[in-house]
Amino acid sequence: MLTIDQATYDAIVAHAKRDHPDEACGIVAGPEGSDRPVRHVEMVNAAGSPTFYEFDSTELLALYKQMWDNDEEPVVVYHSHTATEAYPSRTDIGLASEPNAHYVLVSTRDCFTADGNNDGPVEFRSYRIIDGEVTEEEVTVTPTETRHPA
Amino acid sequence: MAIEVRIPTILRTYTNGEKAVNAEGATLSALIADLEANHPGIGDRLLDDGDLRRFVNVYVNDEDVRFIGGLEAALNDGDQVVVLPAVAGG
Repeated sequence: MLTIDQATYDAIVAHAKRDHPDEACGIVAGPEGSDRPVRHVEMVNAAGSPTFYEFDSTELLALYKQMWDNDEEPVVVYHSHTATEAYPSRTDIGLASEPNAHYVLVSTRDCFTADGNNDGPVEFRSYRIIDGEVTEEEVTVTPTETRHPA
Repeated sequence: MAIEVRIPTILRTYTNGEKAVNAEGATLSALIADLEANHPGIGDRLLDDGDLRRFVNVYVNDEDVRFIGGLEAALNDGDQVVVLPAVAGG
């Protein structure tokens, strides 16, 4: 099961809508072994495409070095599908290389209405992808913790 | 001559779980051959038909090897090599 807080969930959805009709992509890092997605990082889709995404290779290295320094790992790896359902494509499955990550797929195909609004439904689903095998999992969105002054 | 190679999670099955291993080679090609000799199977995950796999990124001292000669990229003692699978899909 993926547990993610509301603010991070909303930020991923907003990113997907903003980049529509191109695919949006990014990660949510968290402390190694914690399974807690806490640090959202939007990545540039170097492919700039409605049907493909790829992190820029230089940014990818910078991101991983930052995570290594912080003892973090990619807890969530997300991208959007802009014309199809939020289910991993054959390419997504073939290229999935983080066996510990939750692969989140967001579909924006139904969120843009004819009158120019973008408040239609967005699909947000999560999967494990290990050795070519896809397992969908439940997504639990928790209220965002607000920090109160001490 | 020792070059530290950072191994991504998905390839650590070949390195007994080690996050980094030492290897030798004057070029990336020789380094991969040395990795393969000590960690059989890993070479095939990096190469396809004698070329670096399209969705595997290799960096030498933070430079993507595609910009510094690919498999012919020169290596020196103390260089840092990082292997990172592309994060990509459709």
